[in-house]
Amino acid sequence: MTILQSLEGAQLGKLLRNGMSLDDYRNGILARSAETGHYNGIKTLEFKERDPIGYERIFSKVRAGLVNSREVAKKIAASPIVEQEGELCFTLYNVAGDCVATSTGIIIHVGTMGAAIKYMIQNNWELNPGINDGDMFTNNDCQTGNVHPCDIATIVPIFFEGHLVAWVGGVTHVIDTGAVGPGSMSNGQIQRFGDGLQITCRKTGVNDTPLRDWLHESQRNVRTVKYWILDEKTRIAGTHMIREMVQETIADEGIEAWEQFSLEVIEDGRRGLVSRIKAMTIPGTIKTVAFVDVPYTHPDVNVPSPFAKIDTIMHAPCEITVKPDATWRLDFEGCSRWGWHTYNANPTAFTSGIWVMMTQSLVPTERINDGARYATQFRLPKGTWTNPDDRRTAHADAWHFLVSSWSSLWRAISRSYFGRGYLEEVNSGNSNPCNWLQGGGINQDGEIHAVNSFETAACGTGACAMKDGLNNAAAIWNPEGDMGDIEIWELAEPLLYLGRTQKTNSGGYGKYRGGLGFETLRMVWGSHDWTMFFMGNGYMNSDWGLMGGYPAATGYRFEAHNTGLLDRIKEGKSIPLGEDLNPDDREWEKHLGPDAEVKRDKQCITTEAIFENGDLYLNYLRGGPGFGDPLDRTHAKIQEDLNENYVLPEFAKKIYGVVYTQDNEGVYTVDSEKTSARQAEIKEERKARSVPVREWMETERAKILDLDASPQVQQMFASSFALSEPFLNEFKTFWDLPADWDLKESSLGIPMFGSDVTMDISEMPDCKPVIMTEE
Amino acid sequence: MSTYTKKQVHDLVEGTLDWDSVHKMLSMPKDKERYSLYMEVLQDKATYDHKIILALGPHLNLVEKTDGGDIVAMCDCGHDFGDYKNNWKLGANIYVRDTAEKMDEVYPRLMAPDTTWQVYREYSCPSCGSMLDIEAPTPWYPVMHDFQPDLKTFFEWLELPAPAKI
Repeated sequence: MTILQSLEGAQLGKLLRNGMSLDDYRNGILARSAETGHYNGIKTLEFKERDPIGYERIFSKVRAGLVNSREVAKKIAASPIVEQEGELCFTLYNVAGDCVATSTGIIIHVGTMGAAIKYMIQNNWELNPGINDGDMFTNNDCQTGNVHPCDIATIVPIFFEGHLVAWVGGVTHVIDTGAVGPGSMSNGQIQRFGDGLQITCRKTGVNDTPLRDWLHESQRNVRTVKYWILDEKTRIAGTHMIREMVQETIADEGIEAWEQFSLEVIEDGRRGLVSRIKAMTIPGTIKTVAFVDVPYTHPDVNVPSPFAKIDTIMHAPCEITVKPDATWRLDFEGCSRWGWHTYNANPTAFTSGIWVMMTQSLVPTERINDGARYATQFRLPKGTWTNPDDRRTAHADAWHFLVSSWSSLWRAISRSYFGRGYLEEVNSGNSNPCNWLQGGGINQDGEIHAVNSFETAACGTGACAMKDGLNNAAAIWNPEGDMGDIEIWELAEPLLYLGRTQKTNSGGYGKYRGGLGFETLRMVWGSHDWTMFFMGNGYMNSDWGLMGGYPAATGYRFEAHNTGLLDRIKEGKSIPLGEDLNPDDREWEKHLGPDAEVKRDKQCITTEAIFENGDLYLNYLRGGPGFGDPLDRTHAKIQEDLNENYVLPEFAKKIYGVVYTQDNEGVYTVDSEKTSARQAEIKEERKARSVPVREWMETERAKILDLDASPQVQQMFASSFALSEPFLNEFKTFWDLPADWDLKESSLGIPMFGSDVTMDISEMPDCKPVIMTEE
Repeated sequence: MSTYTKKQVHDLVEGTLDWDSVHKMLSMPKDKERYSLYMEVLQDKATYDHKIILALGPHLNLVEKTDGGDIVAMCDCGHDFGDYKNNWKLGANIYVRDTAEKMDEVYPRLMAPDTTWQVYREYSCPSCGSMLDIEAPTPWYPVMHDFQPDLKTFFEWLELPAPAKI
């Protein structure tokens, strides 16, 4: 029985011109799509074929309006995350909540805001709280499709002559949501209840005016009020500009044309993906996998609950099947379980995020809309980290797992591109775009503050099959790629730059090397009470390299306290500047006071630590993976690598086999003849030190039978086995293990809260979650 | 639809194609005939006469053998990894970097994985020593069977005659 009551005499079926309720209308679309394989059963693009100019005219107006509104609106924002990095996006939906077109920007939100609209439809917002012209709804609930709480969406219904004709959503990445840890993607909390403000499709405005209870409540629940207010104005301005544009378009083109267009364009988008799959890929099955570390036993990870103090590994296997009809299926059978950290993701975050990647490769078109989703089957098993079956999960840094898992998808689909000769499309993978420099306290202006440096929007890209990756150029979630201006970051953060430079040796080696990341050394300055923490990969890579190329370098942590730097500056002594060329050499420590306390290690996830003025923090942004056998790299490129500090000479010798001379000014010259000779020796050394795979498999099998692996490796396998009998059987078959072999989490001697009994959001009273994937 | 010359595809494979052409390849709809030109370029480079039908990597192809028409994975040097439906890696050689000392050969220690979490598995050709693939999984992880192409459908898509033994 529903607890829902109608408000103010609201009645179902009054919103749409056809007299149907929103839910019935959407269910009809789903049924017709499932029955025919075409969106809404549209087998012929009647409008497009009858009046191609009219069709394109509407699309052009809509697309241009979306892009223009984004560009205008972002000038309102004060947050460097939005204003500098462009972390905002506006998307237009038809009345069923399916995306018609989107702006540039962080287009993962094509799906996330669509999921919020669908949630409102499915849970009868039509009756209560009602959907009226001039309303605004706000959502950031991670159990209603959002990626992480810091992505705040403002959703506005668009009416024409008294009827609902579309929705528009605008999203910005805000700098803080009042989570336990300061910063938008923090990690001190381990459950939703510490993950910051969560708003579930709440009506926050009527008659184009934000409600005062909403303004007061939301602003006092976040640290960075000034940014919060301006970000909301950004979203409202953008959505209202787009609403006006759509209403003008309908007035010009007619409501019938709009209604037909808003459905047909999605079928057009579905066909567009099918067409590209057939033109660029190879049918068949591609398997891939990704991992990333969650090192929580370290003493610098302080969490509120003892059961979270375990080391675990995210496991994301994927089987991609490109079918004969040029649709495809992505099956994530075998993923590990969700955990007590902030890296969980919901299915919409996962599936929608993939389009951020695909628009940079498979569908590089402005016509990205929900049609691509209708041409794709996703399977995300329930209970895994990307489809949690417990409503307590935290999601603040869902990206830690998402970007790690997606790197393997580049690798997978690139095998298709390479096989057909589209070498220009090959990408060995994305870097793990981190570190995330975060923290908070009282800043240089004496205000409560939080920071999340988005320098990481400019990491190294993966190598291509015909060129090197780009240095400090992009992040998978932000194709625009911008590290931001130093001067702006210094205004936003009480942290001075002592250096900013490309990170030597951070790109994976190969015939074509991965793009380098970069590093910035920050000194705390002007703060009053200040904490910071690290967030990234350290013990593991999440990328692999492709076809003989090496993975990128992993991360490491450098922080220094009690540095004596303020005195050294006064005394005119040397201070750490520029690059940490080879971190094993500990060069920076030579320029610190005698009592300096330095942490230089692999622990790249920490929670809040106190930083005093004069303390140091290294923000190391990762490089991308490499492509092809490094011995195939041209000698000219190796010489360039040496002279540009892209690679350390020691590793150029070991990996590339280079033989060089160096003149008095330090310029390297490669001896090509000797290098070729050395490379031939390396190939012989490879043969000598390697063994046949089947021989090695016997030794590895023995290790499995002896349970010879670290607790975190065993936990990863055990959690995947518990969720996936097919994965367990595949594992046992491959290693030829006894029929009764198994590995249970209960045998590991570590707390496994959540491995047995859980409670899903669907068990909440009167709650119908939006499910758009196979589970 | 753009079209390209065999010379342009050759230069693409060699990594010497001019940027304007690369940019055109990236931004324009794909050229269906690329596959055939690509195969011609690879065949010209091959040290064997078997017919290359698909590229798996810079040194590894699927070929239709001249003697009998079997389809196998084959290294540039002619090393035969066997039936294309099987995982070629199981016929390769492997070197596993599973200690800090072995990782020291490829990255500074602070920039390399911790081998209790992750290892590198380097798959090379037993005959010529070319590096064919590198995996970076946890210990215990099964060897990945990366790619199992549906060749029958592929050649239908290409509208080209398919090899007999697929």
